[in-house]
Amino acid sequence: MAAYLIRRLIQSALILLGVSFITFFLLYVLPADPVRQIAGRSATAQTVENIREQLGLDKPFVVQYGRYLTGLLQGDMGRSYLQKTEVAELILSRLPATLLLMLGAIVCELVLGLSMGIAAALWRGRAVDQALMMTSFITVSAPQFVVSLLLLYVFAVRLGWFPIGGYGTFAHLVLPALTLGILGSGWYSRMMRSSMIDVLRADYIRTARAKGLGRARVVLRHALPNAILPVIAMIGIDIGIFMGGIVVVESVFGWPGIGQLAWQAIQRVDIPIIMGVTLVSAFAIVIGNLLADLIAPFIDPRITLR
Amino acid sequence: MTLAEALPTSGAVHAPEPVLRVEGLCVSVRTEVGLKPLVQDLSFTLNRGETLAIAGESGSGKSITSLAIMGLLPPPAVRVTGGRVLLGGQDLTALPEAALRTIRGDRIAMIFQEPMTSLNPVMTVGTQLAEAIRAHEPVSRAEAQKRAVAALQAVRLSEPDRRMRQYPHELSGGMRQRVMIAMALALRPEVLIADEPTTALDVTVQREILDLLRDLQSELGTAIILITHDMGVVAEMADRVIVMRQGRLVETATTTDIFAKPQADYTRALLAAVPRIGRAEPRPPVSGDPVARLTDVVVRYPLRGGLLGGVTQNVHAVEHVSFDIRKGETFALVGESGCGKSTIAKALVGLAPHQGRIEIAGQALESLDAKGLKAMRRKVQMVFQDPMAALNPRMCVGDLIAEPLVIHRIGTPADQRARAADLMAHVGLEASHLDRYPHEFSGGQRQRICIARALALQPDLIIADESVSALDVSVQARVLDLLRVLQREFGMSYLFISHDMAVVDNVSDRVAVMYLGQIVEMGTRSQIFGNPTHPYTRRLIEAVPVPDPTRKPAPRARLAGEVPSPLHRPRSGPPRVVLRDIGGGHLVGSSPGAAADRS
Repeated sequence: MAAYLIRRLIQSALILLGVSFITFFLLYVLPADPVRQIAGRSATAQTVENIREQLGLDKPFVVQYGRYLTGLLQGDMGRSYLQKTEVAELILSRLPATLLLMLGAIVCELVLGLSMGIAAALWRGRAVDQALMMTSFITVSAPQFVVSLLLLYVFAVRLGWFPIGGYGTFAHLVLPALTLGILGSGWYSRMMRSSMIDVLRADYIRTARAKGLGRARVVLRHALPNAILPVIAMIGIDIGIFMGGIVVVESVFGWPGIGQLAWQAIQRVDIPIIMGVTLVSAFAIVIGNLLADLIAPFIDPRITLR
Repeated sequence: MTLAEALPTSGAVHAPEPVLRVEGLCVSVRTEVGLKPLVQDLSFTLNRGETLAIAGESGSGKSITSLAIMGLLPPPAVRVTGGRVLLGGQDLTALPEAALRTIRGDRIAMIFQEPMTSLNPVMTVGTQLAEAIRAHEPVSRAEAQKRAVAALQAVRLSEPDRRMRQYPHELSGGMRQRVMIAMALALRPEVLIADEPTTALDVTVQREILDLLRDLQSELGTAIILITHDMGVVAEMADRVIVMRQGRLVETATTTDIFAKPQADYTRALLAAVPRIGRAEPRPPVSGDPVARLTDVVVRYPLRGGLLGGVTQNVHAVEHVSFDIRKGETFALVGESGCGKSTIAKALVGLAPHQGRIEIAGQALESLDAKGLKAMRRKVQMVFQDPMAALNPRMCVGDLIAEPLVIHRIGTPADQRARAADLMAHVGLEASHLDRYPHEFSGGQRQRICIARALALQPDLIIADESVSALDVSVQARVLDLLRVLQREFGMSYLFISHDMAVVDNVSDRVAVMYLGQIVEMGTRSQIFGNPTHPYTRRLIEAVPVPDPTRKPAPRARLAGEVPSPLHRPRSGPPRVVLRDIGGGHLVGSSPGAAADRS
């Protein structure tokens, strides 16, 4: 177990290294010039060159990347070009908001997705199943901004139940978390449905029924833990999809998380922030997958980590 | 003196006291073309303390009958369309689900065929047992646990307290089936339905489970419905027999009568098809050149672990195996699951990395490059156990049979198709069916297709890995006949891999018995079956249920215990079995320990 964990952590570090290289390289070859952004339109060629030199952007790629990596290993993520603050500080100040949103979204996703999936599996082929699968199809294909604007309009503008945007109270969390939850629930409900249908056909479910157990116990105690396994692996993967979705949703709801930070940074080619947010996201994905793998043996004793 | 000794072993001595009565039962499945009957007008009575066998081949409706009694038919497509199932005056088919639930597990219990999948993998044995008790009796958790332990003791499971905390995957197949039996009998049901309870088990384990069921029945007086396709099991276990075919009752009689004077033609045919030990016609010795020769073959699979992923243990699948297969002979490898017999087959076709030397037609496998290996594969073909899994469902039969020719670039497409048609005729199928798909054929026909495909390249050797094990006995007999006829016609050799001693006795020229990766005895068929010398060989032969109710098996030491693990740390291994010739080429292993320590 300890050996497994150490090996996985080493792998994770290598993955992060790869991500940092690829992102840095992409930003390097990008035609957008961060120096132009900093200097402004009216700056003279001399000023532009000065800034470029100052930021070290005149150096070859290998030197730039080497410098960045050396800093990173010492815990220095660099300074924002425009905000003149430490990137680590910026990210840290916004991370709690994003983590909170992520937690809320995952809870919404699981509650919605799993219950829809289980219901569809139990009433397979009936109207309930068809309606639920139609719903999941719509949520899977709907764009984030459509769902978020729709929820905003109905629940914030018309009904006034929740604030239109911002951050601070539980009420602020509901709509953005629900948006991400609804969008993600389609995947989970489909996966849960097919997994549940397979499990309900299993021999041990027949055994459980032959013992004279009630339907609720058969479904919740015998079928659910077996059916949920592939779903747990998916939560790990889902964090990646989630990191993509958060950029739009945070912008729409004015949620002060790292998605919003990334959005602003991308517009201004603020390379240190883009790098920082990418690495933090990659870290979250890696950790999410690791956690999912670590949870699995607690649900299925046949899984051993080594 | 236990209860078991005080009572006669058969309930037939008492005045029959019916517990379960099935009257005119009809079960149908709803299909696109209307209701299709699965069981028609079935009636029988089950008396207290007796064992009633329902025998039949696949599709006979025997399992559907048991599910109908339990009220466990897969809804909504399959349902009871007529008749009654009476348990103490109550019609089970008319009861609502809630009322049925109180009967299931309490008054009628069931054990299933697949012990590997019939227990919930994510719950401990103890939880699953205790919940069965608590579903019917208002006892505390602790009390249920106590009774669960007692139930495990009753099925002679070692270390019951530890078993309670274990998960199903930590137990062997035989142990799991004991757990299933413990679960079924914990509440002392009046009726126990055992649906092929030993079919998925090795023959020595089957022996243990059958003994256990018989013992428990005489202790508890449970009436058993034993559903099986195995007439040997019927002969040993049942008081009365119902023979079913295609959903209808063909014949019912006492077990002695069924075997002594079967009335229906189908029953006679069924009994005639059952393979029996000691019935084979003597075959002339085959003394051709070897087509395959294995010398000191070892196959080990490393298990990795630790920080650097180093080898922590090796699975010793095959250990120092040497034998040769002569031209035109059938060489049988027998043994129980995990003994390494299929691994040898894989090694022979170059699919398992091995040490030692394997020669096919005089060429060493180890010296061949990829191209040479491909050419060599023309000489060795395989036929597997499950024909449905071995045939691509999206290819028509003609393409499937011609595929080896396509792969090895033999002939024009027209030639290949003609050859496929020719092969179809050889294996007893209609050449006009070349454009049909595998699902349009029956199980036996599918296996014929696999055989035709194996013949396409005119190989020197066909490896038949449990090729008839999944087939019904009557189909099995015909496929075995076909294999014999083809061998006479084409002169190829067979490596016949099987766990079924009776089948092996019927088809083979020479036999090797494997145990834990090593050959423990090898010789001609008459040497092995006429004079089995190694204790393991003897036990294998004795464990086979004999389809003859008059020959009640002699009391013997009850077997218990588990096969030792094939896992060993690097640079260590199992004690090596040394084969000694005891005359006429009959080789017997003489390692201390190995198999003998299990009995």
